[in-house]
Amino acid sequence: MDKKVALQDKKVSRRSLVKTAGLGAAAVATGIASPVSLAATKKVNMGFIYVGPRDDFGYNQAHFEGKSGVAGLNWVKAFDEEKVPESIEVEKTMESMIQLDGASILFPTSFGYFDPHILKLAPKYPQVTFLHCGGLWDSTKHPTNVGSYFGYIDEAVYLSGIVAGHMSKTGKLGYIAAIPIPQVLRNINAFTLGAQSVNPDITTNVVFTGGWALPVKEAEAANSMVDQGIDVLTCHVDSPKVVIETAEKRGIYSCGYHTDNSPLAPKGFLTGAEWNWSSVYAMYAEKIAKEEPIPNLVRGGLAEGIVKATPYGPAVTDAAKSEADAVKAKLMEGGFAIFKGPIKDNKGNVVIPEGKSHGQTDIWLESMDWLVEGVIG
Amino acid sequence: MSETDIGVWGVLIAVLGGAIRVGTPFLFVSLGECLTEKSGRVNLGLEGNLVMGAMSAYAISYYTGSPWLGVLGAGCSGLILGLIHGLLCQNPKVNHIAVGIALMIFGTGLAFFLGKPFIQPTAPHLPAVSLGFWSDSPVLRAALEINALFFVGLALVPAIYFMLKNTKWGLMIRVVGESADAARALGYRIQLIRLLTTMAGGFLAAIGGAYLSLYYPGSWNEGLSSGQGLMAVALVIFARWNPIYCLYASLLFGAAAALGPALQAVGISWGYYLFNAAPYFLTLMIMIMTSSAKQNLAGMPGEFTR
Repeated sequence: MDKKVALQDKKVSRRSLVKTAGLGAAAVATGIASPVSLAATKKVNMGFIYVGPRDDFGYNQAHFEGKSGVAGLNWVKAFDEEKVPESIEVEKTMESMIQLDGASILFPTSFGYFDPHILKLAPKYPQVTFLHCGGLWDSTKHPTNVGSYFGYIDEAVYLSGIVAGHMSKTGKLGYIAAIPIPQVLRNINAFTLGAQSVNPDITTNVVFTGGWALPVKEAEAANSMVDQGIDVLTCHVDSPKVVIETAEKRGIYSCGYHTDNSPLAPKGFLTGAEWNWSSVYAMYAEKIAKEEPIPNLVRGGLAEGIVKATPYGPAVTDAAKSEADAVKAKLMEGGFAIFKGPIKDNKGNVVIPEGKSHGQTDIWLESMDWLVEGVIG
Repeated sequence: MSETDIGVWGVLIAVLGGAIRVGTPFLFVSLGECLTEKSGRVNLGLEGNLVMGAMSAYAISYYTGSPWLGVLGAGCSGLILGLIHGLLCQNPKVNHIAVGIALMIFGTGLAFFLGKPFIQPTAPHLPAVSLGFWSDSPVLRAALEINALFFVGLALVPAIYFMLKNTKWGLMIRVVGESADAARALGYRIQLIRLLTTMAGGFLAAIGGAYLSLYYPGSWNEGLSSGQGLMAVALVIFARWNPIYCLYASLLFGAAAALGPALQAVGISWGYYLFNAAPYFLTLMIMIMTSSAKQNLAGMPGEFTR
């Protein structure tokens, strides 16, 4: 009997604890002086959630580097959790960050966190801002305390394509991608268009592995591609480490993705597309501290400093460098359109007619479901 | 040669090369499990051994600079996990399936925890033997770059087969696996024999892990195994507890895993989810085709039906 009573006590106390924690978080967000914010300066509590390990040379490391960037600010308290699956697990993580850590802003960074997990929690915690990395937020459908931020990394990928086009001798490029979603297809297209701007006959072979982290399949795909005469390889998977290392082992060129991959391939590394999230996270933190409204949609490319190109590897020729640098300057200036007609897809249909061009901010590009002519896959 | 010719040959070469590249870890794990199961015990925890082995091999190779020391260290980690499994299963009324699952989770969890600092650095790799020196084709040469560990596995196949069939130790293991009562009547120390085969099985499975992290794909990360240890355990049933069939089955699974990426690389873009599922589909088909309601699988240790 005694045991039962004790258990009941525990339950009650835990529930009330959760309640007070929730109230505490609400107080912080609405600006009422709570015990937490009575400290010398008001701290902004930011929670980051990654789907994979934070040191994988990839997507998650890019976000972790962004988090580390803001964590250095003395008025920010940043905490994170890695390897959170895109399931009910992420809801638990978000709730515990809100209730126990007092998060006022959450960054669940993986694509699959958004629907249904963020959409389920957002109405429940209206005082918390949920910012999702990707292009899924829609002002007509989704709650206002949710938003999305993303970078036009295809600008940097386009530059990689130009360098790859210059360096390829066989005219065959390889792309190892996880799954065919718009962001991935846009990168494949940008890479191919970049290369074709140098040599219109260049083709890109694509292998979809079917998952974000399948090292054996990625290595197998890389080997098969090299066997097919591909001599520049790049990828869009969570961790580029296996792909870039396999390319180096087989003695071909590679272009990085997500972070600076040059240490993985000292000989064959050309350049790469990197994220620079710390600038975005610092911007959000500042807005919260000044109690300014938080924008629901944040986008930007090279010019805004959200993405950057990795410094060239030793193999890159001067001709490739100068052309890529010239296009980079144009992209920084603005007005340069990567997706400019006439563009045909790889089934022969005209997707962008002559004379029409889609600028980077065009939302139409974010629902891309086609691959340009010259992409095999 | 026209371009399509290279393409078709490319697929064939990639699949053959892949059979060896992808199949080697399957070979080690299935040989280990074969040995353990022959003594009448199932160790489902070999996935944990594989991941733990991959992590320890990478870490040791990174610190000492010697990949072979890494392989040895991986083996020792497997030995310890096998020892835990064996000791736990010695207690009365302990379910070895449940212990195996617990150890699988323990092994992978421990490897993830201890492996954090080794995701980024690059460790020295195991050497490969070039069997393609006679060919001018770089494609063939690359496919015939065969890792030394594969030859170790290849040598182990007849050795284990011979040991089980023709030696006194092999007889002891088989008796223990076929009928514990008979083994007891003969005065064999059942628990000790099972403990030793579980440890040996764990050792081999962890070496399969070392192959993953030190040769192919050749780096340590948390998605490295993605269930290969579990598939290898199923493969033993498919191979009818025969080490020679284990070799064939491993190569077949390796080839099936290589098929999807190879076809996509030549530009066959339809149905890649189906090709990627080929190994699993293959397992199901073979299981259905060989199953029978009337009799046990040939070669199955008798203790499993008790």
